[in-house]
Amino acid sequence: MLVMLLAVAWLSLWIGSAPVSVIDGLIDWVASTNSREAIIIGEIRLPRTLIAIFVGAALGLSGAALQGLLRNPLVEPGLVGASQGAALGAATVFYFGIFAAAGSLAITVAGLIGAMIALFLMLALSGTGRPSLVILAGLAISTIAGAALAVVLNFAPNPYAMQELVFWLLGSVSNRGLDSLVVLVPALLVGGAIIWSQRSLLAALGLGEQIASSMGLAVNRGSRLVVLGTAILVGASVSVAGNIGFVGLLVPHILRPLTSYRPDKLLLPSALAGAILVCSADILVRLLPYGQELKLGVLTSLLGAPLFIWLVLKESKRWL
Amino acid sequence: MALISTQSLSVDCRLASVSIELHRGEVLGLIGPNGAGKSTLLKALAGLEQYQGQIQLEDKNLESYTANQRARFIGLQPQSVNSIWPISVTEVVALGRIPWNDRDEEVINESMHMAGVTEFADRTIDHLSGGERARIWLARVLAGQPQALLVDEPVANLDIHYQLAVMNVLQQYAQQDKGVIVALHDLSLAARYCDKLCLLQAGKCVAVGSPAEVLTESLLHSVYGVEVEVELERTPPIVLPR
Repeated sequence: MLVMLLAVAWLSLWIGSAPVSVIDGLIDWVASTNSREAIIIGEIRLPRTLIAIFVGAALGLSGAALQGLLRNPLVEPGLVGASQGAALGAATVFYFGIFAAAGSLAITVAGLIGAMIALFLMLALSGTGRPSLVILAGLAISTIAGAALAVVLNFAPNPYAMQELVFWLLGSVSNRGLDSLVVLVPALLVGGAIIWSQRSLLAALGLGEQIASSMGLAVNRGSRLVVLGTAILVGASVSVAGNIGFVGLLVPHILRPLTSYRPDKLLLPSALAGAILVCSADILVRLLPYGQELKLGVLTSLLGAPLFIWLVLKESKRWL
Repeated sequence: MALISTQSLSVDCRLASVSIELHRGEVLGLIGPNGAGKSTLLKALAGLEQYQGQIQLEDKNLESYTANQRARFIGLQPQSVNSIWPISVTEVVALGRIPWNDRDEEVINESMHMAGVTEFADRTIDHLSGGERARIWLARVLAGQPQALLVDEPVANLDIHYQLAVMNVLQQYAQQDKGVIVALHDLSLAARYCDKLCLLQAGKCVAVGSPAEVLTESLLHSVYGVEVEVELERTPPIVLPR
């Protein structure tokens, strides 16, 4: 999988509107030579590739963690309201320039807080991990966050800011500088480490809360930590790349049979596969023959939604 | 010294001043009508319920154990178990090692062998019958190598073959110098397998002692409200409603 990720990353550096040599570009960029290759690779494609990888990893990992925590294979950050919450938080800050002094970090922190509030509200509404309740509560939260986001858009100071905001919400990894990584990498490390520390809990929860606590695990505290970790991952990736849907749903779902259905063994592969998926989708976006680039988030939704419908159909058959 | 002992153990209004003792090598049966407090008592002993009174694990108070130490000492098999994910039997049993934070293959295999589920090792849990699953849940809790094994209604919904299979496993485990507390509805099985019985009614302990002391026609009549025929001298013993 690591090899696959490296191959995709290489491809992502190689593919673009101008043909350039990746190695020359990287060497020039590292040596800070101002060649054409260095600028294309170092300033445009490298940030884009790295951001795609880290955002994908964060989304894949958060999806796997949420599905394990809520014991529901149909859950993903977008479906439980986390992405919308993050978008709302980030948009509000982005827009009204609150905490402007903190710069891009303010947007991320706002995204994180938004995701966390959304997730805790969802947990409070749904109570336990009952699948139908989780989906309902998630729907309620994302509807509320969506409505609030519409209010923010409604009061846009000028049409350009609004267009910028909408495009950002659609989800994309292009035109972001390497400085986004300053936010993304620590968020991935911290959020990932928090979730990783609760992997036994995720595994044990498959047999129910009683068994998990009888095995000496702190179910309530651990669940809150998983929510916190997920919120950090989702908040950071949404604030950098906007909404990129369905990655967190599909990646764990596809990998689950390959990891013997153990939620704890699913975490790392999901992060890797999420990175591969988002990076590949970003390459696909660049290859599509349109004047204006299709946004990455739009592409993942277009591809992901039918797959989601198929999953729902499969689940409903199982319950009949 | 008792492996587990309680003094005046109460859990809100569900359990009132229950005092029991479990020694090594013993199977202690909890019997009583539905809602008598059998599950509540087991959960309190496993640290899953807030309680008043005292619970001692050997010479120390339950509260002085960390959650992890407690989990290594006491294994709980709740009444209804289900696996959300269709994981393999070996993986289910391996989850029982969580208190030890390892994956001791030898212990896992031994537990599967003891519960008689080795033949299903590679099957997934959703493809097994209720009777097969019951023994797999048992193998899971055995893999935690608890000093005291608490099992809630392990034979409910099982056919007579599996009932005996599960009860035999519990008896064998107790004989390995461990202790077992099992909540049961089947009084004949209780008479046959338990060294000691505790009869609960509405959260109170009505009688504690050997099967012969607890399973008397008058006592059972007063607790269950039906006439009961008791023949403990027979092999196997029979306790049936008239």
